[in-house]
Order: sequence, then structure tokens, then C-alpha cells
Amino acid sequence: MSTNYAIHVEGLVKRFGDVLALSAIDIDVPHGTVLGLLGPNGAGKTTAVRILTTLLEPDAGEARILGMDVVRQPNAVRASIGLAGQYAAVDENLTGRENLRMVGQLTRQPASTARARTDELLERFDLVHAADRPAKTYSGGMRRRLDLAAALIHRPPVLFLDEPTTGLDPKSRSDLWGLIGELVSDGTTLLLTTQYLEEADRLADHIVVIDEGRIIEEGSATDLKERLGRTLVEVKFPTTRRARIAARQLAAIGPTELSDGDTTVGVGVTDSGKALLDVVRLLESVDLAPKSMAVRQPTLDDVFLQLTGRGPSADDEQPEPATRGAA
Amino acid sequence: MTAIALPALPDVGEGDVRIPPSAVVSDALAVAKRNLIGLMRVPTTVVFSTVQPVIFVLMFRYVFGGAIRVPGVSYVDFLMAGIFVQTVTFGSMNTGVGLAMDMQSGLIERFRSLPMARSAVLAGRTIADAVRNLFVIALMVLVGFAVGFRVHTGVLEFGGAVLLLVLFGVAFSWIMAYIGLSTGNAEAAQAASFPLMAVFVFASSAFVSTATMPGPLRVYANHQPVTATVNAVRALVLGGPTAGKVLTALVWTVGITIVFAFLSVRRYRRAV
Repeated sequence: MSTNYAIHVEGLVKRFGDVLALSAIDIDVPHGTVLGLLGPNGAGKTTAVRILTTLLEPDAGEARILGMDVVRQPNAVRASIGLAGQYAAVDENLTGRENLRMVGQLTRQPASTARARTDELLERFDLVHAADRPAKTYSGGMRRRLDLAAALIHRPPVLFLDEPTTGLDPKSRSDLWGLIGELVSDGTTLLLTTQYLEEADRLADHIVVIDEGRIIEEGSATDLKERLGRTLVEVKFPTTRRARIAARQLAAIGPTELSDGDTTVGVGVTDSGKALLDVVRLLESVDLAPKSMAVRQPTLDDVFLQLTGRGPSADDEQPEPATRGAA
Repeated sequence: MTAIALPALPDVGEGDVRIPPSAVVSDALAVAKRNLIGLMRVPTTVVFSTVQPVIFVLMFRYVFGGAIRVPGVSYVDFLMAGIFVQTVTFGSMNTGVGLAMDMQSGLIERFRSLPMARSAVLAGRTIADAVRNLFVIALMVLVGFAVGFRVHTGVLEFGGAVLLLVLFGVAFSWIMAYIGLSTGNAEAAQAASFPLMAVFVFASSAFVSTATMPGPLRVYANHQPVTATVNAVRALVLGGPTAGKVLTALVWTVGITIVFAFLSVRRYRRAV
């Protein structure tokens, strides 16, 4: 039943001219959970968010927020959602406080409620010191925080964040992640799009990877990494000659690759504990002493590369490997 | 479970939440307030929308004015009605440019995702621009007085002229709103509207009598909204037959407003 989910999407299709932006995608997000929608630029992430937030009508399929249809009940949906888009949508000439009060008023809250909620959010998002300055004087991180606060002014039970940390410095990004984490622990259902695998890894309970408008993989971060990533035992040698010799020997344990100027051998393994012992024994038997050794756990970047044949934020100008669409 | 209570949302079943009629007004005023705060914080917009007409006043009054003969009336009195209409017409470009900037900044997306009246963003912008126009008209009247312009009728007629000017400004604001939403880019909106404005303002009775224009141009000039409004404002401040001219101007004003408000709101609903 669709109402069991905070967000329910079935067979959603959107075309822009000849381009199929979304080709029949299905997504279900249980109440109080975080879905990470992951994909490269142009994959269809923003299109999906715009349909779910009533900004765009789908060509086919159905989308419901808390059981309400985004096409037939747009105002009911709008009253239940918060949206923070790719750019911080704040009025530059208004102060932080004025921005929040305006949105509070436009979400039809009594003036006293809007005022109290504004103060609460300014406090929570660490904007009190800048509350009475025009938003044009804010830093990028402050703008994003103000934008997120504006999306929360009417306490929406369902929140959409479209690439919330794109373009932010690492500190601001990590601050914002902290804030988003708090919201989620308050019970808000969140759909988050991102190109940053680290972001999805850190925030999302469930990850849906889309590419060219299709869902190509889904699961929890751990799930995806276990199934699609691989663990590497990395052994570094002082010279390339030794590394090459070692690589030939280590091929008995798993597929090897040379990196780091041909001084490091990576061995793909499944059970890293056992593999580590095997590697040590083998190197000892051929008397090849490594400089250092490390186990590298799979990252979502590996998963992404595996799935789409390119990195998550690969630019279109870059030549793409021929291994597209491995899924 | 969490301690934070979710707000009680109306159970709407399969129907939609209705936006109360009072919200159409209150939302528009909230947006108008936002735009007026912007105008006050960035006064350059208002200053620049008066610089151009002031230059025109000085140029036509002192440079070209001596060479222009208008029967039965001093040129400065003739000129100022044209200047007033020119000011509000060109001023309406701010509406389109402002909306395009709001689209670029993502603000329009935010507004469209809120449970507010669909007309509010556009109505709020035009209300704010009407207030700005009123201010700019007042300023231009003072400039006019300084260079020798005098009202030949009464307070009532003069008030009527100001009202007509504000309404005409609103009408053109809706044209510009449509252009701004269609281009979605401030520079493009500006570039697209300037030639249009020029065709309306210069090929009109604003600065010279249309009787001096060659045939086809004269026909166009005599039958377009700026001329109609200039003639009505001129009659209201200088006297002579008035009712017919004001009626023509009002028909244009109301017609433009209805057509372009409809087109703009429709454009706004599916603004990208």
C-alpha cells in the first residue's frame, strides 16, 4: 500500500523532447528514513525531485507523498514537504530573519508561530549572529544553512534536499551533514540527491543509483559496497622492480594491479583477514620485504565506477571508458 | 518514537487543500513587502529609473524644445505628460528583470514549492512596482515644476492623471512579467524589452505631435496604448476634451492587464 511509505513512486516517466529524463522509475521511502538518490550530472536526479515537489508534471506514472498525489493534490503535498534546491534560494536583500519570516508567513502560519519558529531555527542553524544582516553578506555555508532553515519553517514531515552541499568547503559540508543528521533523528523522512558518495554513505539508509533516467542499482551503503566493491590488500615496495616481481607472485591470491608509479601492488580479495596472512606468507617465502601494507575497504566510489563506468562527478568532456552500463 | 510532534496535517483524502481567498491577498502583500524592502535596500534601482527621464526632461526642454512647436500650448507643459508615461513604461522593465533574477536565483522554485496562492509572486511584484512608480511619478512632477511645468486643471484631474499613470504602469508590468518569465534571464529580459519599449514610447505622442509623422507611422502612433495614455494624461493636466481620451486609455490599460496577467500566471505555473 502506498500510504505505508512517506514517498511512493511508481513507473515515473518524464520526457524533455526526445530525451528520456526518467524512464519508469519506482522508489519507496519508508517513514522516518533517508533515501540517497545517487547519480552523475544529468542522470535524472533533479527531474525526480522536481516532480515529487510538484514543480514539474510527470508524463506517466504516479508519485505520492504521505499518500497524496503530486499531480492531483499539489497544495496538500506542498503543505507537507520542504525543499532545498541546488542553489540557496534566499532573497539576498532580506536579512536571514526576514527571509525566514516571509516563508513562515507564506506557509500560512500565525505570525507568532512564524516568529518563534524563526528564532528557533536561527539558533539551531547557528545564524543568530548574522540574523539581521542581508543574506547577500552571507558565506556559501551560511546561505545553505539559511536555505535549509527556510525549507523547515513549517515543520514538513518530508524533506527534499537536492545536492545540499554542492560547492561547499569541507568544513561547511560536514556542518551541514551534522544538521541533516539531527533532522533525521527527529523523524523527518528525507530524500537526498547527491554526487558525493561520502555524503550518501554517511546520511542515507538506502541508496538508489540512477543513470540516464534508469535505476541501475539499489541497497544500503554496506550492501552495495559488499556486492559491488572489492577489498584491496595494498602492498608498497621500495622499487618498481620488486613491485613487478611481487605482482606476478601475488596473482596466485587474487587479481593484481600496479599503482602509485608501479611501486604498489593491489590484490583484490574477498576475505581480507585470511588474504592478509596469505600475502605475508607468500612474500616471506620469496623473500620480498614490503615497505608497508594496508587493507583498503571498498568505497562507494568503487561501486559507482563499477556501475556506470565513470566517477560520480565525471565531467561530460572527459572521454568515457567503453565499459558503460555494466549492470 | 521521537519527541518532536509532526504538525497536524489536514486529512484531505483524495481532494486537494484549498487556498483560502484571503490568502490570495495576504500572500501577494507578503511578496510585495519583500520586493519593497529590496527596493529600499538597493536604492540604485529607483535612482536609475529616475535618471533617464530627468535627462529626457532636460534634453527636450532645453536642447530640442526650442525647435519643437506645438500649437496652443507651451512645449514644457506638452512634454511632461509624455515624460510621465515614458517613466512608468520604462520603469515596468524592472518587473521583468526582477522576476528573471528571482528565477535565476532559485527563489521562484521555492515559492512554487510552497502552499501559497499561485498569483502571489506576480501580483506581489506588480504591487511593489506600482508603489515604486508612484514614488517616481512624484519625483518627476517635482522635476517638471522645477523646469516650468504647470497643471492647468484642478487637483481632482491631476489625481486622476496620477492614478491612470500608476494603472498603466501596472499594465506594462504584466507585459514585462511575461517577458521576464519567458526569458528567465535578467540580461535577456532587459535586452528583449528595451526595443519593445522604444517602439511604444518614441513612436507616440509623448514628445511630438503625431501629426508631423509620415502616413503609416502616424496611423500606428495614433492607435497604440502609449499615445492613448499620453493623450489622456495631457488632457487631465492641461484641460480640453477629456472623457473620451481617458476612456480609450482605460480600455487599453485594462485590456493589457487582463491578457498579460492571464498569460503570465499561466507561464509562472510551468516556469522552469
